[in-house]
Amino acid sequence: MLEIKDLHVKLAEEDKEILKGLSLTVPSGEVHAIMGPNGSGKSTMSYVLSGKEGYEVTSGSATLDGVDLLAMEPEERAAAGLFLAFQYPVEIPGVGNMTFLRTAVNSQRKLRGEEELSAAEFLKLVRAKAKSLKIDADMLKRPVNVGFSGGEKKRNEILQMAMLEPKMCILDETDSGLDVDAMKLVAEGVNALRDGKRSFLVITHYQRLLDHIKPDVVHIMAAGRIIKTGGPELALEVEHNGYADLLAEVA
Amino acid sequence: MRRAQALAAKREAAAERLSRADLPKGGAWVTAARENALERLHRMGLPTRRDEYWRFTRPDALITAQTAPVPLMVDEDAPQFGELDRLNLVFVDGVLDAAQSDALAMDNVEITTLEQAATQDIHWARDLFGVLETQGQAPVERPLAALNTATATQGLLIRVTGQAPRPISVTYLRGNEAGDGVVHHVIRLEKGAALTFLESGPAAARLSAVTEVDVADGASFNHIRTQGRDHGRRALTHLFARIGSDASFKSFSLTVNGALSRNEYVITLEGDDSHATVSGAVAGDGNDGPFHQDDTVFITHAGERCESRQVFKKVLRNGATGVFQGKILVSPGAQKTDGYQISQALLLDEDSQFLAKPELEIHADDVACSHGATVGAIDDEALFYLMSRGVPRRLAQDMLVLAFLSEALDEIDNDAIRDDIQTRLELWVERHSA
Ligand SMILES: Nc1ncnc2c1ncn2[C@@H]1O[C@H](COP(=O)(O)OP(=O)(O)OP(=O)(O)O)[C@@H](O)[C@H]1O
Ligand SMILES: [Mg+2]
Repeated sequence: MLEIKDLHVKLAEEDKEILKGLSLTVPSGEVHAIMGPNGSGKSTMSYVLSGKEGYEVTSGSATLDGVDLLAMEPEERAAAGLFLAFQYPVEIPGVGNMTFLRTAVNSQRKLRGEEELSAAEFLKLVRAKAKSLKIDADMLKRPVNVGFSGGEKKRNEILQMAMLEPKMCILDETDSGLDVDAMKLVAEGVNALRDGKRSFLVITHYQRLLDHIKPDVVHIMAAGRIIKTGGPELALEVEHNGYADLLAEVA
Repeated sequence: MRRAQALAAKREAAAERLSRADLPKGGAWVTAARENALERLHRMGLPTRRDEYWRFTRPDALITAQTAPVPLMVDEDAPQFGELDRLNLVFVDGVLDAAQSDALAMDNVEITTLEQAATQDIHWARDLFGVLETQGQAPVERPLAALNTATATQGLLIRVTGQAPRPISVTYLRGNEAGDGVVHHVIRLEKGAALTFLESGPAAARLSAVTEVDVADGASFNHIRTQGRDHGRRALTHLFARIGSDASFKSFSLTVNGALSRNEYVITLEGDDSHATVSGAVAGDGNDGPFHQDDTVFITHAGERCESRQVFKKVLRNGATGVFQGKILVSPGAQKTDGYQISQALLLDEDSQFLAKPELEIHADDVACSHGATVGAIDDEALFYLMSRGVPRRLAQDMLVLAFLSEALDEIDNDAIRDDIQTRLELWVERHSA
């Protein structure tokens, strides 16, 4: 279970507060969606949870199954079961996608004190998962995300998620840049991982993704905090009316 | 007037230096070439720090009559190229050690030593020894190459008449803390011949190596070099090459450690439709001792429709210095030249530095040339991305360092050789991880 309590975050280099008392709980097994205007702090939240530098937590807490996330190094958070599908996946020239995946999987296993996967085991696993996401062998051989189309990058994020089998998956606008078919593939990839225990936090601007990945709860974020929480119907409301009414309610 | 004075001082230094040198005696043609080099050296004088060409690298330690001792290092890594099927020739402190070497014989190849040649008239070598070096003295003087021609008694004379069945590998070991190696190789590839030439090892406390390579029409020369890990060693190398038509020339160097390494390349594409690549990967850590590494490249396009590439990548940390001086000269009439040059440094801290001087000089109108020099740090976004997937910071940084260098390693065509170099580099990166 992910539990964020009254989180305040500012930029490390500037006196600019971005998250202003964010509270959010995602119980295990549930899918929550976050919607909110551009610049409201959704990506900042996901970066802070995963441990990106450049932000300073001034107060509040964030725990995963009771463990303090904010005290850990990014790789420890990953090994503890947190995964972020990036809004803008990073290109890494010179690092092969396959090498990257294998290093990631085995680094996490090592951090958790588990046996590393052999080359053969890993290959078998990655081939099967890549196939279901329609990621071809060529994409696995190429450097991480280099020359990938927008949609390919997003599918590659989901492949990593499938390989790493995290407890808590944050998807930051994984639907943006996807064509209709790719959106279905990605949604299927996510749904295949739903096992009653794994939780998801899906950041999106559009109802469409939520047609495929049915959320249990929808949160609306504005100006660095959650201003409203409801059921799936909240997403439909945003789709039809935008944020104006919701913002007016809290103002 | 100031110039004349400076030149007089340089000449005096040369005379003084030569008065302390053991000048070799030998057969007629070698002696003639040496005397010619001596004369040229007397005229040019020794380089000084004030010379434009030595602006970024102090020649002082390369000039002294004797070299400072450097502790011998026990290298526990598997011998470089040890797994390859090769003809291996071992030099210790710059002197061929026949006992440790394979026999000087292979199909399609004639190999002799400079020592033996001195008593014989090997005319293909006579036409090359000191000849490409002399041609390489303009437009930039390289007095220390002339010093090498004048004083070298050790080296290989290799003539390749067809496809060499195995690479020739030269392993340079050290036996003496203050060994001063002066080695001069001459390689002639006849029409359509092909040779892979491997060099590896720390060589000597101080090494001066000149290699003259003549690549005839349709021939292919592939050079891979790794300069050994001994921390204090110094090396000055010159690679002079003349390339005919439809020919291919490739040279890759890996430098890790060493107090001072300067690799000069003087490549002339004389024929048409040929290709030349010089590339290098460099990893230096000032915590091992001083590290200064310099690649100085001069490629002349004289023929038409030739392609040249220069690709140099340097990772520097803890006060290490990297230098790149690279020039592409396109002569009048060298139409459809395609020249590419890139030099990049990855600085892992603020104490390290990269000094680059890329140059283009173009005297033909229908050419495509590009050059770029960049300096950067580890990409924080990439680092975070890797860490967010569970890769610890150190390992993530090492992956990015190797990724940065891989662009230079990609210039190596042969997979087995590339893997061999990659392994060596990975071990270095692991050891210097922080
Ligand atoms: N490193 C940074 N430097 C400066 N400003 C930043 C930084 N990170 C975030 N911000 C600012 O914080 C605010 C929140 O940004 P964030 O990316 O979290 O929004 P978002 O909700 O994900 O928006 P979008 O829907 O457009 O993706 C924005 O105003 C943004 O400009
Ligand atoms: Mg965002």
